Amino acid sequence: MTIIGRPTAADGRVRAAADRVIAVRRLAKSYATANGPVVALEDIDFAVAEGEFIAVLGPSGCGKSTLLKILAGLFPPSGGEATLRGTAITGPRRDIGVVFQSPVLFPWRSVLENVMLPADVQRLGRAQHERTALDLLALVGLGGFEHRYPWELSGGMQQRVAIVRALIHDPAMLLMDEPFGALDAMTREQMNLELQRIWLERRKTVVFITHSIPEAVFLADRVLVMTPRPGRIAETVAVDMPRPRSLEVMNTAAFGSFVGRIRRHFSAQGGVDL
Amino acid sequence: MKRLGNPYLRIALLVAILCVWQEAVSYFAVPTYILPAPSAIGQALWRGVASLVYVRNLWITVLETVLGFVAGAALAFLLGTVLALSRKTEYYCYPIIIMFQSLPKVALAPLIVIWFGLGLTSKVINAALIAFFPLMVNTVVGLRSADEDRLNLMRSLDASEAQIFWMLRLPGALPFIMAGLEVAMILALIGAIVAEFVGATQGLGVLMESLNFSADVAGVFSILFILSMLGLLLNQAIAALRRRVLFWDASMKAAPEDIRRREIV
Repeated sequence: MTIIGRPTAADGRVRAAADRVIAVRRLAKSYATANGPVVALEDIDFAVAEGEFIAVLGPSGCGKSTLLKILAGLFPPSGGEATLRGTAITGPRRDIGVVFQSPVLFPWRSVLENVMLPADVQRLGRAQHERTALDLLALVGLGGFEHRYPWELSGGMQQRVAIVRALIHDPAMLLMDEPFGALDAMTREQMNLELQRIWLERRKTVVFITHSIPEAVFLADRVLVMTPRPGRIAETVAVDMPRPRSLEVMNTAAFGSFVGRIRRHFSAQGGVDL
Repeated sequence: MKRLGNPYLRIALLVAILCVWQEAVSYFAVPTYILPAPSAIGQALWRGVASLVYVRNLWITVLETVLGFVAGAALAFLLGTVLALSRKTEYYCYPIIIMFQSLPKVALAPLIVIWFGLGLTSKVINAALIAFFPLMVNTVVGLRSADEDRLNLMRSLDASEAQIFWMLRLPGALPFIMAGLEVAMILALIGAIVAEFVGATQGLGVLMESLNFSADVAGVFSILFILSMLGLLLNQAIAALRRRVLFWDASMKAAPEDIRRREIV
Protein backbone atom coordinates (compact mmCIF):
# COMPACT_ATOMS: atom_id res chain seq x y z
CA MET A 1 0.00 0.00 0.00
CA THR A 2 2.58 2.44 -1.08
CA ILE A 3 1.14 5.87 -1.43
CA ILE A 4 2.83 8.49 -3.52
CA GLY A 5 5.03 10.60 -1.28
CA ARG A 6 4.27 8.43 1.75
CA PRO A 7 5.85 5.03 1.16
CA THR A 8 5.16 2.27 3.66
CA ALA A 9 6.54 -1.22 3.78
CA ALA A 10 3.31 -3.15 4.27
CA ASP A 11 2.41 -5.79 1.73
CA GLY A 12 -0.61 -4.80 -0.31
CA ARG A 13 -2.38 -8.11 -0.43
CA VAL A 14 -3.30 -8.53 3.21
CA ARG A 15 -7.00 -9.25 3.18
CA ALA A 16 -7.87 -8.47 6.76
CA ALA A 17 -11.28 -6.87 7.12
CA ALA A 18 -9.80 -3.76 8.69
CA ASP A 19 -7.66 -3.35 5.63
CA ARG A 20 -10.57 -3.08 3.23
CA VAL A 21 -10.44 -0.06 0.98
CA ILE A 22 -13.59 -0.77 -0.94
CA ALA A 23 -16.63 -2.61 0.37
CA VAL A 24 -19.62 -3.19 -1.87
CA ARG A 25 -22.78 -4.58 -0.28
CA ARG A 26 -25.92 -5.76 -2.07
CA LEU A 27 -25.38 -3.14 -4.73
CA ALA A 28 -28.14 -2.87 -7.34
CA LYS A 29 -28.91 -0.58 -10.23
CA SER A 30 -31.97 -0.49 -12.42
CA TYR A 31 -33.04 1.95 -15.11
CA ALA A 32 -36.53 2.97 -16.05
CA THR A 33 -37.06 2.58 -19.79
CA ALA A 34 -40.10 2.81 -22.04
CA ASN A 35 -40.45 -1.00 -21.81
CA GLY A 36 -40.32 -1.08 -18.03
CA PRO A 37 -37.36 -1.21 -15.68
CA VAL A 38 -34.10 -2.82 -16.76
CA VAL A 39 -31.95 -4.36 -14.05
CA ALA A 40 -28.31 -3.58 -14.83
CA LEU A 41 -26.79 -4.79 -11.57
CA GLU A 42 -28.17 -7.09 -8.88
CA ASP A 43 -26.80 -8.24 -5.57
CA ILE A 44 -23.21 -7.21 -6.11
CA ASP A 45 -21.08 -8.03 -3.07
CA PHE A 46 -17.34 -7.77 -2.84
CA ALA A 47 -14.52 -6.18 -0.91
CA VAL A 48 -11.13 -5.01 -2.04
CA ALA A 49 -8.10 -4.98 0.25
CA GLU A 50 -5.58 -2.21 0.41
CA GLY A 51 -3.18 -2.52 -2.52
CA GLU A 52 -5.15 -5.30 -4.18
CA PHE A 53 -5.58 -5.54 -7.94
CA ILE A 54 -9.13 -6.59 -8.83
CA ALA A 55 -10.31 -7.29 -12.36
CA VAL A 56 -14.02 -7.13 -13.14
CA LEU A 57 -14.58 -9.30 -16.17
CA GLY A 58 -17.68 -9.70 -18.24
CA PRO A 59 -19.17 -9.47 -21.73
CA SER A 60 -20.55 -6.22 -23.11
CA GLY A 61 -23.76 -5.21 -21.40
CA CYS A 62 -23.14 -7.08 -18.16
CA GLY A 63 -23.19 -3.83 -16.21
CA LYS A 64 -19.49 -3.64 -15.45
CA SER A 65 -19.21 -0.05 -16.67
CA THR A 66 -22.28 0.80 -14.60
CA LEU A 67 -20.49 -0.66 -11.59
CA LEU A 68 -17.45 1.49 -12.32
CA LYS A 69 -19.54 4.65 -12.69
CA ILE A 70 -21.18 3.96 -9.33
CA LEU A 71 -17.77 3.43 -7.72
CA ALA A 72 -16.58 6.69 -9.33
CA GLY A 73 -19.58 8.49 -7.83
CA LEU A 74 -20.84 9.51 -11.27
CA PHE A 75 -24.28 8.19 -10.47
CA PRO A 76 -25.97 6.64 -7.46
CA PRO A 77 -26.95 2.97 -7.03
CA SER A 78 -30.63 2.13 -6.75
CA GLY A 79 -29.96 -0.21 -3.84
CA GLY A 80 -27.20 -1.29 -1.49
CA GLU A 81 -24.05 0.73 -0.98
CA ALA A 82 -20.41 1.07 -1.89
CA THR A 83 -17.96 2.42 0.65
CA LEU A 84 -14.44 3.69 0.16
CA ARG A 85 -12.23 3.74 3.26
CA GLY A 86 -15.34 3.43 5.41
CA THR A 87 -17.47 6.24 3.94
CA ALA A 88 -20.25 5.67 1.45
CA ILE A 89 -19.68 6.79 -2.12
CA THR A 90 -22.59 9.14 -2.74
CA GLY A 91 -21.06 11.47 -5.30
CA PRO A 92 -17.74 12.40 -6.89
CA ARG A 93 -14.86 12.15 -4.43
CA ARG A 94 -11.38 13.52 -4.47
CA ASP A 95 -9.68 10.27 -3.47
CA ILE A 96 -10.55 8.34 -6.64
CA GLY A 97 -8.56 8.20 -9.86
CA VAL A 98 -10.36 7.12 -13.03
CA VAL A 99 -8.89 5.92 -16.33
CA PHE A 100 -11.42 5.69 -19.15
CA GLN A 101 -11.41 3.60 -22.30
CA SER A 102 -10.15 6.55 -24.33
CA PRO A 103 -7.36 8.72 -22.89
CA VAL A 104 -9.71 11.76 -22.56
CA LEU A 105 -6.85 14.24 -22.71
CA PHE A 106 -7.43 17.96 -23.23
CA PRO A 107 -5.71 18.91 -26.49
CA TRP A 108 -5.06 22.48 -25.32
CA ARG A 109 -3.05 21.23 -22.37
CA SER A 110 0.49 19.89 -22.65
CA VAL A 111 1.27 16.43 -21.27
CA LEU A 112 2.36 17.93 -17.94
CA GLU A 113 -0.70 20.20 -17.78
CA ASN A 114 -2.97 17.26 -18.55
CA VAL A 115 -1.40 15.26 -15.77
CA MET A 116 -1.80 18.24 -13.44
CA LEU A 117 -5.53 18.55 -14.14
CA PRO A 118 -6.66 16.83 -10.91
CA ALA A 119 -4.24 18.99 -8.92
CA ASP A 120 -5.61 22.11 -10.64
CA VAL A 121 -9.24 21.12 -10.04
CA GLN A 122 -8.61 20.25 -6.40
CA ARG A 123 -6.26 23.20 -5.83
CA LEU A 124 -3.39 21.06 -4.57
CA GLY A 125 0.15 22.34 -4.14
CA ARG A 126 1.52 23.05 -7.58
CA ALA A 127 5.26 22.66 -7.05
CA GLN A 128 5.03 19.42 -5.11
CA HIS A 129 2.60 17.82 -7.56
CA GLU A 130 4.66 18.90 -10.52
CA ARG A 131 7.58 16.98 -9.06
CA THR A 132 5.32 13.96 -8.56
CA ALA A 133 4.06 14.34 -12.12
CA LEU A 134 7.56 14.35 -13.57
CA ASP A 135 8.52 11.29 -11.47
CA LEU A 136 5.43 9.41 -12.61
CA LEU A 137 5.96 10.37 -16.25
CA ALA A 138 9.48 9.03 -16.01
CA LEU A 139 8.10 5.85 -14.42
CA VAL A 140 5.85 5.19 -17.43
CA GLY A 141 8.65 5.97 -19.88
CA LEU A 142 7.43 9.44 -20.83
CA GLY A 143 10.32 11.38 -19.31
CA GLY A 144 11.12 14.34 -21.57
CA PHE A 145 7.63 14.38 -23.09
CA GLU A 146 6.11 16.70 -20.48
CA HIS A 147 5.93 19.72 -22.79
CA ARG A 148 4.57 17.82 -25.78
CA TYR A 149 0.89 17.98 -26.71
CA PRO A 150 -1.46 14.98 -26.85
CA TRP A 151 -1.68 14.95 -30.65
CA GLU A 152 2.09 14.40 -30.78
CA LEU A 153 1.77 11.10 -28.89
CA SER A 154 0.73 7.61 -29.96
CA GLY A 155 -2.40 5.98 -28.54
CA GLY A 156 -0.42 3.93 -26.03
CA MET A 157 1.52 6.98 -24.87
CA GLN A 158 -1.70 8.96 -24.47
CA GLN A 159 -3.19 6.21 -22.31
CA ARG A 160 -0.05 6.24 -20.15
CA VAL A 161 -0.55 9.98 -19.66
CA ALA A 162 -4.12 9.21 -18.59
CA ILE A 163 -2.85 6.67 -16.06
CA VAL A 164 -0.37 9.15 -14.63
CA ARG A 165 -3.14 11.75 -14.42
CA ALA A 166 -5.27 9.30 -12.42
CA LEU A 167 -2.40 8.79 -9.96
CA ILE A 168 -1.26 12.37 -9.49
CA HIS A 169 -3.56 13.28 -6.58
CA ASP A 170 -2.66 10.09 -4.72
CA PRO A 171 -6.14 8.51 -4.81
CA ALA A 172 -7.21 5.72 -2.45
CA MET A 173 -8.35 3.69 -5.42
CA LEU A 174 -7.72 3.58 -9.13
CA LEU A 175 -10.67 2.76 -11.36
CA MET A 176 -9.84 1.61 -14.87
CA ASP A 177 -12.62 1.16 -17.42
CA GLU A 178 -11.26 -1.05 -20.23
CA PRO A 179 -8.28 1.29 -20.49
CA PHE A 180 -6.51 -0.68 -23.20
CA GLY A 181 -9.58 -1.72 -25.17
CA ALA A 182 -8.88 0.77 -27.95
CA LEU A 183 -5.24 -0.27 -28.44
CA ASP A 184 -3.90 -2.84 -30.88
CA ALA A 185 -3.09 -6.30 -29.47
CA MET A 186 0.67 -5.80 -29.26
CA THR A 187 0.51 -2.37 -27.65
CA ARG A 188 -2.07 -3.79 -25.30
CA GLU A 189 0.29 -6.52 -24.05
CA GLN A 190 3.02 -3.94 -23.54
CA MET A 191 0.61 -1.77 -21.60
CA ASN A 192 -0.36 -4.73 -19.41
CA LEU A 193 3.30 -5.27 -18.53
CA GLU A 194 3.70 -1.56 -17.94
CA LEU A 195 0.64 -1.38 -15.70
CA GLN A 196 1.89 -4.35 -13.67
CA ARG A 197 5.23 -2.59 -13.23
CA ILE A 198 3.57 0.66 -12.10
CA TRP A 199 1.33 -1.27 -9.76
CA LEU A 200 4.22 -3.26 -8.23
CA GLU A 201 6.02 0.02 -7.67
CA ARG A 202 3.10 2.03 -6.28
CA ARG A 203 0.76 -0.66 -4.90
CA LYS A 204 -2.43 1.27 -5.52
CA THR A 205 -5.76 -0.44 -4.98
CA VAL A 206 -7.02 -1.05 -8.51
CA VAL A 207 -10.42 -1.99 -9.89
CA PHE A 208 -9.80 -2.89 -13.52
CA ILE A 209 -12.74 -3.46 -15.87
CA THR A 210 -12.14 -5.58 -18.94
CA HIS A 211 -13.79 -8.02 -21.32
CA SER A 212 -10.55 -9.87 -22.07
CA ILE A 213 -10.07 -13.05 -20.01
CA PRO A 214 -6.26 -13.28 -20.53
CA GLU A 215 -5.86 -9.63 -19.62
CA ALA A 216 -7.84 -10.10 -16.40
CA VAL A 217 -5.93 -13.24 -15.40
CA PHE A 218 -2.58 -11.69 -16.28
CA LEU A 219 -3.10 -8.52 -14.26
CA ALA A 220 -5.32 -9.32 -11.31
CA ASP A 221 -5.00 -10.79 -7.83
CA ARG A 222 -8.66 -11.69 -8.05
CA VAL A 223 -11.03 -11.76 -11.00
CA LEU A 224 -14.71 -11.00 -10.43
CA VAL A 225 -16.56 -12.80 -13.22
CA MET A 226 -19.81 -11.07 -14.12
CA THR A 227 -22.71 -12.47 -16.11
CA PRO A 228 -25.28 -10.23 -17.78
CA ARG A 229 -29.00 -9.52 -17.43
CA PRO A 230 -29.11 -8.90 -14.60
CA GLY A 231 -25.43 -8.19 -13.93
CA ARG A 232 -24.26 -10.45 -11.12
CA ILE A 233 -20.94 -11.75 -9.89
CA ALA A 234 -20.95 -15.40 -10.96
CA GLU A 235 -17.61 -16.32 -9.45
CA THR A 236 -14.55 -14.82 -7.84
CA VAL A 237 -11.30 -16.37 -9.04
CA ALA A 238 -8.14 -15.80 -7.01
CA VAL A 239 -5.15 -15.79 -9.37
CA ASP A 240 -2.28 -16.87 -7.14
CA MET A 241 0.52 -16.72 -9.65
CA PRO A 242 3.80 -15.11 -8.57
CA ARG A 243 4.74 -11.59 -9.63
CA PRO A 244 6.17 -10.00 -11.58
CA ARG A 245 4.43 -12.00 -14.30
CA SER A 246 6.03 -12.00 -17.73
CA LEU A 247 4.11 -12.41 -20.98
CA GLU A 248 5.38 -16.02 -21.10
CA VAL A 249 3.16 -16.80 -18.12
CA MET A 250 0.32 -16.86 -20.63
CA ASN A 251 1.74 -20.07 -22.09
CA THR A 252 1.77 -21.95 -18.77
CA ALA A 253 -0.70 -24.64 -17.75
CA ALA A 254 -1.67 -22.69 -14.61
CA PHE A 255 -2.62 -19.66 -16.69
CA GLY A 256 -4.55 -21.86 -19.08
CA SER A 257 -6.53 -23.46 -16.30
CA PHE A 258 -7.55 -20.05 -14.88
CA VAL A 259 -8.64 -18.93 -18.34
CA GLY A 260 -10.51 -22.20 -18.89
CA ARG A 261 -12.28 -21.97 -15.57
CA ILE A 262 -13.48 -18.43 -16.30
CA ARG A 263 -14.39 -19.18 -19.90
CA ARG A 264 -16.84 -21.84 -18.84
CA HIS A 265 -19.15 -19.09 -17.58
CA PHE A 266 -19.43 -17.62 -21.03
CA SER A 267 -19.33 -20.71 -23.25
CA ALA A 268 -23.01 -20.28 -24.10
CA GLN A 269 -22.87 -16.52 -24.59
CA GLY A 270 -20.01 -14.93 -26.49
CA GLY A 271 -19.06 -11.28 -26.23
CA VAL A 272 -15.80 -12.07 -24.46
CA ASP A 273 -12.31 -12.13 -25.94
CA LEU A 274 -11.01 -15.66 -25.60
CA MET B 1 2.68 24.92 -41.54
CA LYS B 2 3.06 23.33 -44.97
CA ARG B 3 2.65 25.61 -47.96
CA LEU B 4 -0.08 24.64 -50.36
CA GLY B 5 1.57 26.35 -53.32
CA ASN B 6 3.88 29.06 -54.49
CA PRO B 7 3.01 32.45 -52.92
CA TYR B 8 4.52 34.31 -55.89
CA LEU B 9 2.22 32.48 -58.28
CA ARG B 10 -0.70 33.70 -56.21
CA ILE B 11 0.38 37.28 -56.83
CA ALA B 12 1.20 36.54 -60.47
CA LEU B 13 -2.36 35.31 -61.05
CA LEU B 14 -3.74 38.58 -59.67
CA VAL B 15 -1.39 40.60 -61.90
CA ALA B 16 -2.41 38.51 -64.92
CA ILE B 17 -6.10 39.21 -64.31
CA LEU B 18 -5.38 42.95 -64.04
CA CYS B 19 -3.40 42.86 -67.31
CA VAL B 20 -6.20 41.09 -69.18
CA TRP B 21 -8.69 43.59 -67.76
CA GLN B 22 -6.50 46.55 -68.84
CA GLU B 23 -6.04 45.19 -72.37
CA ALA B 24 -9.69 44.23 -72.77
CA VAL B 25 -10.93 47.68 -71.76
CA SER B 26 -8.69 49.42 -74.28
CA TYR B 27 -9.24 46.80 -77.01
CA PHE B 28 -13.04 46.97 -76.82
CA ALA B 29 -12.96 50.73 -76.10
CA VAL B 30 -15.22 50.42 -73.07
CA PRO B 31 -16.21 53.90 -71.80
CA THR B 32 -14.73 54.80 -68.37
CA TYR B 33 -18.18 55.45 -66.87
CA ILE B 34 -19.06 51.79 -67.55
CA LEU B 35 -15.85 50.00 -66.68
CA PRO B 36 -12.64 51.91 -66.00
CA ALA B 37 -9.25 50.33 -66.72
CA PRO B 38 -7.12 49.24 -63.75
CA SER B 39 -4.70 52.06 -64.54
CA ALA B 40 -7.51 54.64 -64.20
CA ILE B 41 -8.57 53.06 -60.91
CA GLY B 42 -4.97 53.22 -59.75
CA GLN B 43 -4.81 56.92 -60.59
CA ALA B 44 -8.05 57.61 -58.72
CA LEU B 45 -6.71 55.68 -55.78
CA TRP B 46 -3.50 57.64 -55.77
CA ARG B 47 -5.31 60.97 -55.99
CA GLY B 48 -7.60 60.08 -53.13
CA VAL B 49 -4.86 58.81 -50.88
CA ALA B 50 -2.50 61.71 -51.64
CA SER B 51 -5.18 64.29 -50.80
CA LEU B 52 -5.81 62.40 -47.53
CA VAL B 53 -9.57 62.30 -48.32
CA TYR B 54 -9.49 58.51 -48.53
CA VAL B 55 -7.35 58.16 -45.44
CA ARG B 56 -9.69 60.29 -43.32
CA ASN B 57 -12.79 58.42 -44.44
CA LEU B 58 -11.07 55.04 -44.20
CA TRP B 59 -10.22 55.80 -40.59
CA ILE B 60 -13.89 56.56 -39.83
CA THR B 61 -15.06 53.30 -41.43
CA VAL B 62 -12.39 51.25 -39.67
CA LEU B 63 -13.36 52.82 -36.34
CA GLU B 64 -17.07 52.04 -36.90
CA THR B 65 -16.30 48.48 -37.98
CA VAL B 66 -13.95 47.67 -35.13
CA LEU B 67 -16.16 49.25 -32.45
CA GLY B 68 -19.21 47.49 -33.90
CA PHE B 69 -17.32 44.21 -34.00
CA VAL B 70 -16.16 44.50 -30.41
CA ALA B 71 -19.63 45.47 -29.14
CA GLY B 72 -21.41 42.80 -31.18
CA ALA B 73 -18.88 40.10 -30.28
CA ALA B 74 -18.98 40.91 -26.56
CA LEU B 75 -22.78 40.84 -26.53
CA ALA B 76 -22.89 37.64 -28.61
CA PHE B 77 -20.40 35.91 -26.34
CA LEU B 78 -22.24 36.91 -23.18
CA LEU B 79 -25.70 36.02 -24.43
CA GLY B 80 -24.39 32.83 -26.05
CA THR B 81 -22.84 31.77 -22.76
CA VAL B 82 -26.04 32.43 -20.83
CA LEU B 83 -28.10 30.49 -23.40
CA ALA B 84 -25.62 27.60 -23.46
CA LEU B 85 -25.54 27.24 -19.70
CA SER B 86 -29.23 27.70 -18.99
CA ARG B 87 -31.74 25.60 -20.92
CA LYS B 88 -34.50 27.65 -19.33
CA THR B 89 -33.18 30.94 -20.64
CA GLU B 90 -32.82 29.33 -24.01
CA TYR B 91 -36.40 28.09 -23.87
CA TYR B 92 -37.77 31.56 -23.24
CA CYS B 93 -35.42 33.65 -25.34
CA TYR B 94 -34.60 31.59 -28.38
CA PRO B 95 -37.82 32.21 -30.35
CA ILE B 96 -37.32 35.95 -29.97
CA ILE B 97 -33.72 35.71 -31.08
CA ILE B 98 -34.64 33.57 -34.09
CA MET B 99 -37.41 35.97 -35.11
CA PHE B 100 -34.95 38.81 -34.87
CA GLN B 101 -32.38 36.91 -36.89
CA SER B 102 -34.81 35.97 -39.69
CA LEU B 103 -35.33 39.68 -40.29
CA PRO B 104 -32.92 41.08 -42.89
CA LYS B 105 -30.98 43.36 -40.58
CA VAL B 106 -29.82 45.49 -43.49
CA ALA B 107 -33.44 46.65 -43.61
CA LEU B 108 -33.09 47.94 -40.05
CA ALA B 109 -30.37 50.41 -41.02
CA PRO B 110 -32.74 53.30 -41.94
CA LEU B 111 -34.50 52.95 -38.61
CA ILE B 112 -31.24 52.86 -36.68
CA VAL B 113 -30.05 55.99 -38.45
CA ILE B 114 -33.30 57.76 -37.49
CA TRP B 115 -32.93 56.65 -33.87
CA PHE B 116 -29.22 57.24 -33.41
CA GLY B 117 -28.44 59.99 -35.88
CA LEU B 118 -25.92 60.48 -38.68
CA GLY B 119 -22.85 60.10 -36.49
CA LEU B 120 -20.69 57.24 -35.29
CA THR B 121 -23.25 55.64 -32.93
CA SER B 122 -25.73 54.47 -35.55
CA LYS B 123 -22.94 52.85 -37.62
CA VAL B 124 -21.47 51.06 -34.63
CA ILE B 125 -24.91 49.76 -33.61
CA ASN B 126 -25.72 48.56 -37.10
CA ALA B 127 -22.34 46.84 -37.43
CA ALA B 128 -22.79 45.21 -34.02
CA LEU B 129 -26.32 43.99 -34.85
CA ILE B 130 -25.22 42.34 -38.08
CA ALA B 131 -22.05 40.84 -36.54
CA PHE B 132 -23.88 39.51 -33.50
CA PHE B 133 -25.79 36.44 -34.59
CA PRO B 134 -23.25 33.99 -36.07
CA LEU B 135 -20.95 34.41 -33.10
CA MET B 136 -23.80 33.88 -30.66
CA VAL B 137 -24.90 30.67 -32.36
CA ASN B 138 -21.32 29.42 -32.48
CA THR B 139 -20.78 30.24 -28.82
CA VAL B 140 -23.87 28.24 -27.84
CA VAL B 141 -22.91 25.27 -30.02
CA GLY B 142 -19.27 25.40 -28.91
CA LEU B 143 -20.01 25.53 -25.19
CA ARG B 144 -22.48 22.68 -25.53
CA SER B 145 -20.11 20.53 -27.57
CA ALA B 146 -18.08 19.40 -24.53
CA ASP B 147 -17.38 15.70 -24.87
CA GLU B 148 -19.28 13.40 -22.47
CA ASP B 149 -16.11 11.53 -21.45
CA ARG B 150 -14.35 14.77 -20.61
CA LEU B 151 -17.35 15.92 -18.58
CA ASN B 152 -17.32 12.60 -16.72
CA LEU B 153 -13.61 13.00 -16.05
CA MET B 154 -14.13 16.49 -14.63
CA ARG B 155 -17.07 15.31 -12.54
CA SER B 156 -15.13 12.31 -11.23
CA LEU B 157 -12.52 14.80 -10.01
CA ASP B 158 -15.25 16.64 -8.11
CA ALA B 159 -14.88 19.75 -10.27
CA SER B 160 -17.34 22.60 -9.72
CA GLU B 161 -19.53 23.85 -12.58
CA ALA B 162 -17.34 26.97 -12.75
CA GLN B 163 -14.22 24.84 -13.11
CA ILE B 164 -15.90 22.73 -15.78
CA PHE B 165 -16.71 25.96 -17.63
CA TRP B 166 -13.23 27.51 -17.44
CA MET B 167 -11.15 24.36 -17.82
CA LEU B 168 -13.28 22.39 -20.27
CA ARG B 169 -16.25 24.12 -21.91
CA LEU B 170 -14.63 27.43 -22.80
CA PRO B 171 -11.35 26.09 -24.24
CA GLY B 172 -13.33 23.43 -26.10
CA ALA B 173 -15.62 26.10 -27.55
CA LEU B 174 -12.75 28.23 -28.86
CA PRO B 175 -12.65 26.66 -32.36
CA PHE B 176 -16.33 27.56 -32.76
CA ILE B 177 -15.89 31.00 -31.23
CA MET B 178 -12.91 31.85 -33.41
CA ALA B 179 -14.82 30.78 -36.54
CA GLY B 180 -17.71 32.97 -35.37
CA LEU B 181 -15.34 35.92 -34.82
CA GLU B 182 -13.99 35.62 -38.35
CA VAL B 183 -17.46 35.87 -39.83
CA ALA B 184 -18.45 38.60 -37.39
CA MET B 185 -15.49 40.75 -38.46
CA ILE B 186 -16.54 40.77 -42.12
CA LEU B 187 -20.21 41.22 -41.23
CA ALA B 188 -19.32 44.23 -39.06
CA LEU B 189 -17.68 45.88 -42.08
CA ILE B 190 -20.81 45.23 -44.17
CA GLY B 191 -22.99 46.64 -41.39
CA ALA B 192 -20.92 49.81 -41.13
CA ILE B 193 -20.94 50.44 -44.90
CA VAL B 194 -24.69 49.83 -45.21
CA ALA B 195 -25.39 52.29 -42.41
CA GLU B 196 -23.12 54.83 -44.11
CA PHE B 197 -25.09 54.41 -47.34
CA VAL B 198 -28.32 55.10 -45.50
CA GLY B 199 -27.22 58.24 -43.76
CA ALA B 200 -23.85 59.56 -42.66
CA THR B 201 -21.54 62.53 -43.06
CA GLN B 202 -18.25 60.70 -43.42
CA GLY B 203 -16.81 57.27 -44.13
CA LEU B 204 -15.97 55.22 -47.21
CA GLY B 205 -19.66 54.49 -47.88
CA VAL B 206 -20.46 58.20 -48.02
CA LEU B 207 -17.45 58.84 -50.21
CA MET B 208 -18.47 56.07 -52.58
CA GLU B 209 -21.99 57.45 -52.91
CA SER B 210 -20.77 60.93 -53.72
CA LEU B 211 -18.32 59.56 -56.31
CA ASN B 212 -21.18 57.58 -57.78
CA PHE B 213 -23.33 60.71 -58.07
CA SER B 214 -20.56 62.49 -59.95
CA ALA B 215 -20.22 59.45 -62.26
CA ASP B 216 -16.61 58.96 -61.18
CA VAL B 217 -16.72 55.21 -61.74
CA ALA B 218 -12.94 54.86 -61.45
CA GLY B 219 -13.27 56.55 -58.06
CA VAL B 220 -16.01 54.10 -57.02
CA PHE B 221 -13.80 51.20 -58.05
CA SER B 222 -10.89 52.61 -56.08
CA ILE B 223 -13.10 52.66 -52.96
CA LEU B 224 -14.21 49.10 -53.67
CA PHE B 225 -10.55 48.16 -53.87
CA ILE B 226 -9.87 49.79 -50.49
CA LEU B 227 -12.87 48.00 -48.97
CA SER B 228 -11.77 44.60 -50.21
CA MET B 229 -8.24 45.22 -48.94
CA LEU B 230 -9.68 46.33 -45.61
CA GLY B 231 -11.84 43.19 -45.40
CA LEU B 232 -8.85 41.03 -46.21
CA LEU B 233 -6.72 42.74 -43.58
CA LEU B 234 -9.37 42.45 -40.85
CA ASN B 235 -9.90 38.80 -41.75
CA GLN B 236 -6.17 38.12 -41.60
CA ALA B 237 -5.95 39.79 -38.21
CA ILE B 238 -8.58 37.40 -36.83
CA ALA B 239 -6.98 34.45 -38.62
CA ALA B 240 -3.63 35.29 -36.99
CA LEU B 241 -5.35 35.45 -33.60
CA ARG B 242 -7.01 32.11 -34.31
CA ARG B 243 -3.72 30.42 -35.19
CA ARG B 244 -2.27 31.70 -31.95
CA VAL B 245 -5.19 30.66 -29.77
CA LEU B 246 -5.96 27.36 -31.49
CA PHE B 247 -2.45 25.99 -31.95
CA TRP B 248 -3.80 22.73 -30.51
CA ASP B 249 -6.81 22.31 -32.76
CA ALA B 250 -6.33 19.40 -35.16
CA SER B 251 -8.67 20.89 -37.76
CA MET B 252 -6.41 23.97 -37.87
CA LYS B 253 -3.62 21.90 -39.20
CA ALA B 254 -5.87 20.24 -41.74
CA ALA B 255 -7.81 23.27 -42.92
CA PRO B 256 -5.76 25.47 -45.22
CA GLU B 257 -7.80 28.62 -44.87
CA ASP B 258 -11.49 28.94 -45.01
CA ILE B 259 -13.00 25.56 -44.31
CA ARG B 260 -14.19 26.56 -40.84
CA ARG B 261 -15.86 29.69 -42.16
CA ARG B 262 -17.76 27.73 -44.77
CA GLU B 263 -19.02 25.40 -42.08
CA ILE B 264 -21.14 28.01 -40.39
CA VAL B 265 -22.17 30.50 -43.06
